Amino acid sequence: MTAADIETTLVGRPDLERPRRGPAAGRSRRAVGRVAIHVALVVAGLAMVFPFLWMLLTSFKTLPQLLQDPLSFWPDPWTIDKYVDAWNAVPFGQAYLNSIYICVLAVVGTLVTAAMAGYAFARIRFRGSRVLFILFLATQMIPKQVTLIPFYLLMAKFGWVDSHLSLIVPAMLVNPFAVFLMRQFVLSLPKELEEAALVDGAGRWRTFWSIILPNLKPGLGALSIIVALDVWNSFLFPLVLLNSPDLFTVPLLLASFRGQFGSVDYGLVMAASALATIPMLVAFVIGQRRILNSMAASGLGGR
Amino acid sequence: MVITSGGATGTPVAPPAPSAERGAPLGAPPRRAAPLGPRREAAWRRRDRRWGYVFVGPQLIGMAVFVLLPFVASLVLAFASWDGLTELEWVGFANFTAQLQDELLLRSIVNTLLIALITVPVGLGLAVVVAVALEKLRTRTLYLILFFAPVVTSTVAVAMIWQQLFRADGVLSGAIANVVGIDPPDWLGDPRLALIAVCIVSIWSSLGLNVIIFLAGLQNISPSVIEAARIDGAGAWRLFRSIRLPLLSPIVFFSSIVAFISSLQTFDTVFVLTANAGPDNATRTIVYHIYDLGFGRFEFGPSSAASVILLLLTLVITAIQFGAQKKFVHYEDADA
Repeated sequence: MTAADIETTLVGRPDLERPRRGPAAGRSRRAVGRVAIHVALVVAGLAMVFPFLWMLLTSFKTLPQLLQDPLSFWPDPWTIDKYVDAWNAVPFGQAYLNSIYICVLAVVGTLVTAAMAGYAFARIRFRGSRVLFILFLATQMIPKQVTLIPFYLLMAKFGWVDSHLSLIVPAMLVNPFAVFLMRQFVLSLPKELEEAALVDGAGRWRTFWSIILPNLKPGLGALSIIVALDVWNSFLFPLVLLNSPDLFTVPLLLASFRGQFGSVDYGLVMAASALATIPMLVAFVIGQRRILNSMAASGLGGR
Repeated sequence: MVITSGGATGTPVAPPAPSAERGAPLGAPPRRAAPLGPRREAAWRRRDRRWGYVFVGPQLIGMAVFVLLPFVASLVLAFASWDGLTELEWVGFANFTAQLQDELLLRSIVNTLLIALITVPVGLGLAVVVAVALEKLRTRTLYLILFFAPVVTSTVAVAMIWQQLFRADGVLSGAIANVVGIDPPDWLGDPRLALIAVCIVSIWSSLGLNVIIFLAGLQNISPSVIEAARIDGAGAWRLFRSIRLPLLSPIVFFSSIVAFISSLQTFDTVFVLTANAGPDNATRTIVYHIYDLGFGRFEFGPSSAASVILLLLTLVITAIQFGAQKKFVHYEDADA
């Protein structure tokens, strides 16, 4: 099964005809069953949102309320001071800019290099391609954390410690999974598509750039979501590689925030957490259909 | 699954000549009507081969420089003593023998395995149940959003949110104390509960991902199979037990490997949720151990030795799971 197959099946499309179990016989039982399922799912869904809800409620409470009655549900009185304080205490805006531009560069770079490699593995016959492809698959087995120390030392040699280059360049150039996914997508394109261009003497590069790449759009969309989530949320490597607060990404800034203010006022920490999570959640809700389908595809495709 | 489905190179592009007439679909009529001669075709193939390397180039260089080189260095450092400043010194297996006797490493391994052994079966089991329930619904978008929200939230934020929930005077302990009538548990202060807390958080934050993967898998089961079983009189439970679950098993199996391996890499949660793997190293994991040795104490040798141990553990787990595959996994086309 390729990622393209399920691209549109998960959400946002009316269900395919559900097979009916026959007339009236089981209708009422089915209705009862459906209600039971809904009740169970609502309970489970509440368990999923409760932490976010509690974060928001806590972030609007005043410190006296948090100390006197930590279990009270509604903020009384409501305050947005925590948000103002959190925003002013650390360079949140800067962290957002950092995360966004690191993400954009990493995603664009990955899309181009992975599509190139995927295309070559799918369609160009060259010596060693089989071995190289297996090598790519094999490197996926090495946990990144295994190379943490030498990677740090290498970055120090390059002079990239405490620089965004140490996050951007490797992200652009190393993603075996992306190569694998792109190869699958290229294989699913009809070969006639590029043959015509090659016959016209377009050459490999132009064929790739103006024929293959535009046709890979659904795949590239899915991949960019997967890569963006991965880069945005990564923590261990930025933690090790960046020192200056001005260079921090959002998760890193959040962690350092806890270190500084965690013991003072946890309402403040929740406000900071909300500042770090709400924009992402809003973006997710807006793009939920594509995001869910892409993630399902990646999970099925060999994540 | 898909990894095994095809050859490495796929099918190579045919040389331009034979397909000259098939160029039509693109709209541009072929400029060279005459087919290429065999010599020109060979020359084209030779040049084309070079393009192969050019296209693979960026990712290949990246892999060599940023993965293979550090990987080899990691293997080398594991047999050396080095703090990054003084001369590097060979110590043979000393790092390994020292590490394997180090109570901290052993505790890290045990903790990591416990987290994986709790998180993976419970997490995947819940995900199967939720996915099966969701598949029965017409409109499920809202549920999917709720279940998936933690997946798009950074692990640091997730850990910070749960840290407040788990406070001794927090809402979870308060609720448990009120309902069960015991003293409010101090989740993050009690060594045994702290590990459970880590598991709860990682199950909560990865549930949505497995749900959508399983849901997509369930939707790929052909309706005719279900219908046939129904006609044979299979009830809901029977359908689940004998049709849906077996047909879903390759995906569950594959996800379990991915989930297990990523559990072995637990770091963010223990770093933030249980502030530096406390209390008393109760939630210290292997990756935390690697981080602590390398960047807390600058003992690069022992830290690399611990990395190699993590790698070996990963490989062993993968091998075991592939061994188990034969027993439990059902492939649809195997007996079709």
